[in-house]
Amino acid sequence: MGKHPIRVLIAKLGLDGHDRGAKIIARSLRDAGMEVVYTGLRQTPAMIAEAALHEDVNVVGISILSGAHNTLLPTLMDKLREQNLAHIPVIVGGIVPDCDVNTLMDAGVSAVFGPGTLTSDIVTSIANVIESDLQD
Amino acid sequence: MSLAKKIISGDRRALARVLTLVENGDAHSKDILAELHPYGGKAHFVGVTGAPGVGKSSLVNFLAQSLRVLGDTVGVLAVDPSSPFGSGAILGDRVRMADLTGDDGIYIRSMASRGAVGGLAYATGAAADVLDAAGFNYVIIETVGVGQSGVEISNHVHTTIVLVASGAGDDVQAIKSGILETADILVVNKADLPGAEHVLADMRSNVVMNPSPAPSDHHAKSKQFDGSDLAWRVPLLSTVARSGDGVDLLIKSLLQHWEYLENSAEIDNRRRTRIRAILESLLRNRLYTRFMEDISRKQFDALLESIVLRDIDPYSAAARLIEEKYKASCLDKA
Repeated sequence: MGKHPIRVLIAKLGLDGHDRGAKIIARSLRDAGMEVVYTGLRQTPAMIAEAALHEDVNVVGISILSGAHNTLLPTLMDKLREQNLAHIPVIVGGIVPDCDVNTLMDAGVSAVFGPGTLTSDIVTSIANVIESDLQD
Repeated sequence: MSLAKKIISGDRRALARVLTLVENGDAHSKDILAELHPYGGKAHFVGVTGAPGVGKSSLVNFLAQSLRVLGDTVGVLAVDPSSPFGSGAILGDRVRMADLTGDDGIYIRSMASRGAVGGLAYATGAAADVLDAAGFNYVIIETVGVGQSGVEISNHVHTTIVLVASGAGDDVQAIKSGILETADILVVNKADLPGAEHVLADMRSNVVMNPSPAPSDHHAKSKQFDGSDLAWRVPLLSTVARSGDGVDLLIKSLLQHWEYLENSAEIDNRRRTRIRAILESLLRNRLYTRFMEDISRKQFDALLESIVLRDIDPYSAAARLIEEKYKASCLDKA
């Protein structure tokens, strides 16, 4: 990791009240030395894109367990493009069936994590996507 | 176009980028801040401070909305603590500010305190200057949750709003030195909860005895109450930040305080106090950083060990380091 803390936005996308996972990830990233902006429940794609813009984050982490990922994530990617933020890597955690993972990756998502993922793997993955982002 | 020019023309992405550079103490930030400096000096800086969980973010949510209704633009700097054991931080103030999204007249930035104590980050003053130059009419700074002595904010803003909550202690707490003395506006939040009336009563008996404004310059001699009409009486308000009850009166007090500042010489005092605080903090940090870079790490560690073994005391060790460094730099010049 670089000299300055990595800034991460952790957001709950859509109508989904389950934030235990998002908070555990936020806490793990904090313990890994990152600055984690947490925006709370029921965020629209536009709200998340605006927060990413204001906060100048290095990566956006989306938690979604509602099943609406195929609709909401491509919309989020559009909103990020509208804000000229297409360069910010987006990673997704939650309940995403294997058959949907490619759809999300095609939409521009950098990584998808399901239940049982080690938090240390997520920390490593964030460090890696930011590294490759900086080299681009 | 330079980043500074982009900020002045309203480019939010440039603003966000520059705040990161300023926060990181990036080499470019000095020139950008210098370019922005002539454009500042117009915003009303407002501090919101109080204990963790007292309702600062929720209150800022309503404050900013009310100021928008009046036609003003609002920049918010929300500071949360960094870990004392690393660089990590949870910046959660936006959770309570969801109503503020989707409005170009509002910009919210979360900041980690990054090792600073006193309720702000080292870069908060510079970040507020950037928002001022960007043209926001109000810059609201929300501190880290602070206790009794987190008074730094009052040196950084024109109006300090101190929040206390129901159950905040007895009348002795209300007369203690520290944060309560720095309030320009004192707010008892969570006024719908039991016990609020006791806190209000304790605070009231305290502010009644305090008719003169808190001295803005902490180095200056305390002002004596002269009975003039210009003296600011700290208003005591009660709010419910969850629902917005009482925010209308808070806005009224905020506007009255600005009017008071402008009609007295106090606004100039506060601007000077703020700039002095920023300048002193810059000197303190830069001198310390440079000193630590310049001295021999080996000598420092050896002295540390000697102090542990009680061969030397920390006061003599510090004096020795400073003296040797000072002598060395004199020799350099000769």
